Amino acid sequence: MTDLGPLVPRNRAAHPPAYDPDYKTSVTRSPNLPLLSMESTPSEEHGPRFGHGLIGALDNNLILNWTKGAAPAVGERILVHGRVLDEFARPVPHTLVEIWQANAGGRYRHVKDSYFAPLDANFGGCGRTLTDEAGYYEFLTIRPGAYPWPNRANDWRPMHIHFSIFGHSFGQRLISQMYFEGDPLIARCPIAATIRDRSQLDRLVAPLDMAKSRPMDFLAYKFDIVLRGRRQTMFENKPEGM
Amino acid sequence: MVQPLDTLTETASQTAGPYVHIGCIPSFAGLGGIYPEDLGLSPVSDGAKGEAITITGQVIDGTGWALRDAMIESWQPDAAGLFPGQAGADPAVSGFARFAADGDSGFWTLKTVKPGAVPARGDAMQAPHVSLWITARGINIGLQTRIYFEDEDNTADPLLKRIEQRPRVDTLIAKRTGPGEYRFDIVLQGTGETVFLDI
Repeated sequence: MTDLGPLVPRNRAAHPPAYDPDYKTSVTRSPNLPLLSMESTPSEEHGPRFGHGLIGALDNNLILNWTKGAAPAVGERILVHGRVLDEFARPVPHTLVEIWQANAGGRYRHVKDSYFAPLDANFGGCGRTLTDEAGYYEFLTIRPGAYPWPNRANDWRPMHIHFSIFGHSFGQRLISQMYFEGDPLIARCPIAATIRDRSQLDRLVAPLDMAKSRPMDFLAYKFDIVLRGRRQTMFENKPEGM
Repeated sequence: MVQPLDTLTETASQTAGPYVHIGCIPSFAGLGGIYPEDLGLSPVSDGAKGEAITITGQVIDGTGWALRDAMIESWQPDAAGLFPGQAGADPAVSGFARFAADGDSGFWTLKTVKPGAVPARGDAMQAPHVSLWITARGINIGLQTRIYFEDEDNTADPLLKRIEQRPRVDTLIAKRTGPGEYRFDIVLQGTGETVFLDI
């Protein structure tokens, strides 16, 4: 067995802390005690792999995938594209990227969402794709609306798309959210504000990308994602025992 | 100015939110049919070698209330301690599962085979365990932990040995409740708080 190389330890300062009282639900769902830190093991260095057989033809097209192509969703048509890299700027190829989002009016197709903005009969709100050889992915979707949520008395989520990325090892697993350039609600959002480092929050804001938009069809936004890297083990004793 | 490091910083995590199931377990959210089946329905298929086991539990918050909106992912090797892709690994073990706490009771269930021991870095062996990743509304970055088994010898496990307060080791040990059945509760905060990992 070859050593896959230990994962680079997470820089926890780049992430939100578990406890942030302005995001009220985190108050009772955050551990009080410190995390137990140690170097990664094969349990974190291996991870699930998903093949192209998993992905249907419309899986990355949220405008059409709910109706299987029969009718398009209502809203601002956008391409969301980007690249998945690791901390050493190496592309992460053939990795699964999943997204979910509200419709153009800010309503989620979920049994628990009771916001009175209507569902769009032609919009589901989930999609998935694999990155290509060079780590690129793309989704066609509609821009989600802002929506209110029960936190402080008048909190509204900015327009956002949830992202789930696997990487190649279980220890790289990441869920985050993509925001949209220029949205004034980002600065007022307690969930966005759980990120202490302003430059880290800025990196969740996708810029308008006119070069990738298609005239008379859709606008485009670019969202790159960085996962944990693996350290080289050149000078270490490799456990070759298997 | 010193030389620049040509490394990037990991993208910041954000909560998965209450509607995580739309993207990750669409049938659970009411989007059945968008994919042929949800991802990670089972970590094993028919004919997987080893002891079939069922692990059940709840994810409990700091007030003692079970989360009804948690999503958990599990990752493990086969009964011989081999991960998918390793030479000789059991082809009937994908090792990956995804499951939700029940919307009414908060209970989750994982049906799998008991994993074999896996080497650690260096010469040590790790006791059999299932790795977990827990996300939910109110959890800003996914919580990592592990399930060990009370009917295995856990004394030499390098991770468990690092836990200073010995009573806390118990929070990572699933209790046997019957033949092939275990109970494993995840306590996010307070008395009996589960050991979470930075690994």
